[in-house]
Amino acid sequence: MSAAATMVERPPPRARGWPRRRIVGYALVCLWILFGLGIVSYLYLAWNAEFFAKYAPAYLRGLGVTLALVSISMVLGAILSVPVAYGRMSKNRILSGLAYCYVYFFRGTPLLVQTYLVYYGLGSFRVELQSVGLWDFFKDAFNCGVFAFALNTAAYQAEILRGAIESVPRGQWEGAASLGLHKLQTLRKIILPQALIVALRPYGNELILMVKASAIVAIITVYDLMGNAKLAFANSFDIQAYIWVALVYLVMVEILRHGVEWIERRITIHLKR
Amino acid sequence: MRISLRIALAASAALLTLGVAQAQEKTLRIGTEGAYPPFNNLTADGQLVGFDIDIAKALCDEMKVKCTFVAQDWDGIIPALQAGKFDAIVASMSITPERKEKVDFSNKYYNTPSALAVPKDSTLKGVTKEDLAGKSIGVATTTTHFNYASKTYTDSTVKGYPSSPEEQADLANGRLDAIEDDIVVLQQWLDSPDGACCKILGQPSPQPVEIFGPGAGIAVRKGETDLVNKLNSAIDAIRANGKYKEINDKYFKFDVFGAES
Repeated sequence: MSAAATMVERPPPRARGWPRRRIVGYALVCLWILFGLGIVSYLYLAWNAEFFAKYAPAYLRGLGVTLALVSISMVLGAILSVPVAYGRMSKNRILSGLAYCYVYFFRGTPLLVQTYLVYYGLGSFRVELQSVGLWDFFKDAFNCGVFAFALNTAAYQAEILRGAIESVPRGQWEGAASLGLHKLQTLRKIILPQALIVALRPYGNELILMVKASAIVAIITVYDLMGNAKLAFANSFDIQAYIWVALVYLVMVEILRHGVEWIERRITIHLKR
Repeated sequence: MRISLRIALAASAALLTLGVAQAQEKTLRIGTEGAYPPFNNLTADGQLVGFDIDIAKALCDEMKVKCTFVAQDWDGIIPALQAGKFDAIVASMSITPERKEKVDFSNKYYNTPSALAVPKDSTLKGVTKEDLAGKSIGVATTTTHFNYASKTYTDSTVKGYPSSPEEQADLANGRLDAIEDDIVVLQQWLDSPDGACCKILGQPSPQPVEIFGPGAGIAVRKGETDLVNKLNSAIDAIRANGKYKEINDKYFKFDVFGAES
């Protein structure tokens, strides 16, 4: 190691007065505050008790559909991601090739396209699906949404899982092996507890992305939060239909973000000094 | 310095061109959907064709203005008009009280009834609320057909689609028991290979004018009375000089204008 690397690097002293960067920063923050105040005042002025009474129950129902869709597909995706991640890390050429193709396809194409393919694409194979008894499942738009979303998130979650497991140093495996631990035992007791700390943030991000992406199902006739907002807008031509729905998504994402942060604080207590 | 000079130059240039443009013929930008054959449709190579398009071109000729066309998703077509993306909507838009709160309309340029289509092997007998109880009906949202279906068929599941081709696909593959749409649009689809699965079940009756309106009109931004008057006299003119009949006969075997108002 060279001598330069051991030297302590101090941050430069804080600038005094009003350098250009600070002015720009304050100006931008002011702009954002004005923008936020603009939205709040618009909602205040456009406050329409009639609109609220008419559409709030529909929004709540939509929220329920969105939450059900996201949670079911997240859980199914998590289950499905385990074999895919296993395949990705496997030394078997065929297995890892298959897993690679799966991840490649689902991460490389838009979720919108995948949803359309599942809903309208499978819809045109009705006779074949009926003969194997799967049509009753795919007839329902919600099921199609869950199917597409679970497959999609499984690809992302498999990569998160693989990255997290591979981030644990090889020495941990070797140490465990020298103690006579079985591979599965090593994974469960030594590797995963460390890997899941690394994986928590990406999992949180994936969950947030899924919540927002779930708005896509509105186009395949599922009345989720976005679907109900579209309907409210279609009936009222009032832009606040979309502002309210944006606020609901914002609150949902904020709650999830804080939840993930809270979990992270809890599980990294032993790393704090 | 330089920037402000440039802005000043650009502004004066814009003023000049504006003056020149006003002296020459004006351009009218027309918004339409492009997913509603035979009224308006985008061909595979991106051309807008259909009854609406031909009527709009005839009206523009009549008003002696140059017209350009913009294809816009149905859901956002009124907001896009209000945002100034185009100046008039010629997209088979029914004249309804709710829409009249947001835009001004010309007189109707055609009026065709709403109808329901079902698979050929369907056991449905009629189109009343009782006939369709417990069935699922597909309709394009933001249409008069959707408003009628969700008000009338309260014992059925009314499913909203972004446009007509999607609801037709879902009727063909058996996700739906029936679809409601304009009879001409349904007939065009039924006559095509894709629509071979299905047939017209019937027309809801009566078709209340509070929901369906007097027919399809041309929508413009609120307060543009001048344009509305011009459009109305152009509609009367092409009705009178045979141009309307010529376009009508190109697409339909009957007169789609409906009763004289």
